[in-house]
Amino acid sequence: MTMAPGRALKLDPIKSIKKAPEEEYYQSGHRTCQGCLSALPMRLMAKAAGPRTIVLGTTGCMYVANTTYMSTPWVVPWMHTQLGAAGSAALGTSAGLKALMRKGKMKDEPINVIAFCGDGGGADMGLAAISAALTDVEYNLLIFLYDNESYANTDIQTSGQTPWGAVTTFSPPGKKHRIMQRRWKKNVPGMLAAGHPDTKYIASGTPAIPVDMMDKVRAALSAGGPTYVHVLDPCPKGWHYDPEHSTELGKLAIETGIYPLYEIKEGVCNYTGTTRQIAQGRRERKPVREYLEKQGRFAHFKNQDFAYFQKKIDEMWEQWIIPGVVAFSYGGPLNITSEKAAIRNNNVERDNASWAGDRPGHAHEELEGDGGLDHEWRDDNTLGDPSSGN
Amino acid sequence: MTMEKQAGSADNQVEKLMTGTQAVAQAVRLADVDVTSAYPIRPYDGVMQAVAKLIADGDLDAEYIVAEGEHSQFEICKHASAVGSRVFVGSSGVGWMYAMESNAVTPSLRLPVVAMIGNRALDDPGAFGVEHNDALCVRDLGWQLNWVENAQECFDATLMAYRVGEDPRVSFPIGIGVDGAFITHSQTIIKIPDQELVDEFLPPYDLGNRLLHPDNPISIAPQANEDWVMEIRKQTDDAAHRVKDVIWEAHNDFKRIFGRGGDNPFFEEYMTEDADYVLFGMGSLALPTKVMVRRLRDRGEKVGFVRLKWFRPFPDEELTEILTRFKAIGVVDRDYSYGSPGQGGVVFNDLRAALYNAEVRPKIINFIGGLGGRELTPEMMDDMADTTRRAAAGEDVPMVRWIGVRE
Repeated sequence: MTMAPGRALKLDPIKSIKKAPEEEYYQSGHRTCQGCLSALPMRLMAKAAGPRTIVLGTTGCMYVANTTYMSTPWVVPWMHTQLGAAGSAALGTSAGLKALMRKGKMKDEPINVIAFCGDGGGADMGLAAISAALTDVEYNLLIFLYDNESYANTDIQTSGQTPWGAVTTFSPPGKKHRIMQRRWKKNVPGMLAAGHPDTKYIASGTPAIPVDMMDKVRAALSAGGPTYVHVLDPCPKGWHYDPEHSTELGKLAIETGIYPLYEIKEGVCNYTGTTRQIAQGRRERKPVREYLEKQGRFAHFKNQDFAYFQKKIDEMWEQWIIPGVVAFSYGGPLNITSEKAAIRNNNVERDNASWAGDRPGHAHEELEGDGGLDHEWRDDNTLGDPSSGN
Repeated sequence: MTMEKQAGSADNQVEKLMTGTQAVAQAVRLADVDVTSAYPIRPYDGVMQAVAKLIADGDLDAEYIVAEGEHSQFEICKHASAVGSRVFVGSSGVGWMYAMESNAVTPSLRLPVVAMIGNRALDDPGAFGVEHNDALCVRDLGWQLNWVENAQECFDATLMAYRVGEDPRVSFPIGIGVDGAFITHSQTIIKIPDQELVDEFLPPYDLGNRLLHPDNPISIAPQANEDWVMEIRKQTDDAAHRVKDVIWEAHNDFKRIFGRGGDNPFFEEYMTEDADYVLFGMGSLALPTKVMVRRLRDRGEKVGFVRLKWFRPFPDEELTEILTRFKAIGVVDRDYSYGSPGQGGVVFNDLRAALYNAEVRPKIINFIGGLGGRELTPEMMDDMADTTRRAAAGEDVPMVRWIGVRE
């Protein structure tokens, strides 16, 4: 028994959509809704991973609507797994391959193991199994969570990823209670990154930004060990909008800052794409109302609901120690004077320079200061109060 | 089958003193299991402690994953099995229930997972001791279930499980019912064969064209709905019909290669020749029952005992053949089935169903006892034998009776 994971495939970044491989490993045969942005990441993920891949799919939209007997869309080998079993299915598959290859019972070669799950299967029921998989650094695997923010396959019920206030069939607005979904959405990739320091790669993406998403899948598969990629998938049926707006909504989620794009590679977090521009101060966040108003699930919102929502997003950007990633701030002061700590802090500054820039309010700079947050960052927010004008 | 071979077999086996769980672990080693996953619950977990030590010492080369719950534990092994790994898993009581979703899909996926079930009372209230209700919960799902009597049978049943379960005509998971404490933790001397003998008995695991691998890009278990589920269930049922023949083949090879296993793979008859009535049951109750049957025989009673070894497949024809010669059968259930026909136990009602179409039907009565790990004593067996004797003599006795319950 060896401690190290088996060899991982080394997959180069795609960089531009024109350079993406032409081959499709997820083809026709699925029966998903028009405008489904959960089917698209399956296609992109399979394209990025290539033919030497085993895909495991939990129960959910991408099983029930997506993989039907006699009309499977999967060109690569695919197997159903149970709703809460993405983590354990990936572990078992990867461990099985590793054992057989080591013992000479199977040709020794790198094979990608990807287990996908929805937000219900992954962020709710299967969270413990995903957590366990991310600690088992001996196995190469990718947990790919497609987040359409509800149990969409079973008729749109509230999940741990459903946004605050959204209408689902389990959270209908009524005469007494306008807001039935009163829980804030779990920050799953940030939580997993914070709790699993040995996990080499964790990222957030969206099929609305396909190259970024495919490159994150490739980086995850090449990292060696267990990895996690979370993708936000606008869902016409669950979010109540015209299917033609799927990609636009995915982009708006990034532009309003409600869903930041980032990757955490070997313990260092970097924003990507539009989120990076926002973090570097090269672009302003759009008011979140622009995103919410395009979706029927927020049609019952009053001004105070939009204001509350904006306040929560502002907190995420202004008060979290790593905005949109680590959901708390630092109370300080911190005074670690050892030589190693100084080296660490310098490294953190250097490694994060790409997204931090010269911007005040860079959370890690606070570690050596007198604690607390630099409120200039918040004061510098020129977006104003979107609720004030209503 | 030659005498020379049997003699040679004996030379290639060593005798060791060990518990039931340690005996299972020895079979896991000789079966060269590829992947195993552990999660603690008494009393099965001794087997995982033994397997972990075998791996740590280099005596078994297997991936060993400590899961975060039984659901994952069983899913890990199910998926490792789908890519061609021989797997071993196990649990007890409510742990087995926590894995129940995986237990439901594994037989319909036709994956030959082998599980040791250290039989334990289900909560609530908590009890470490044996009851068979945990394992019996999967009796309708395609799991093949057998029950063992001692550490030697723990070892033998584990090798049999891989041989039978992995046979392409079968391809079902197999659960080995091991009575908690009485067998999991009791030491007896067992014979352990060498690797060469085991390799002769147990061919490598080969899923053939059902292997999940990039060279064989199949889709396993896509959503079928009403279009195809009936056909898939019928295929599974056809396989269930084939299990008994495969068990017979494996049993005959087992006897030839290892020189033990009894006359019949499905049950053991004890002092049944010329018996008027018999007690009938599974697992560790065999020991006090055999003790009492011997004493009663010394007193001139025409009593015997039949121990059921395979509960699934249920050997209905074979049992009909041997049991219809008795006047009465006292079934001892270490389980309960509230609201069942006659308010009796699970084994009782399966046996009644099996014998219903027989031309001559013996009286069948039921005793429920030894629940929650309570000991079944020879005196209790004496009481049950006496009631069965009276039933055989035509007396009116209660159809179901709970044994040893305080007022």
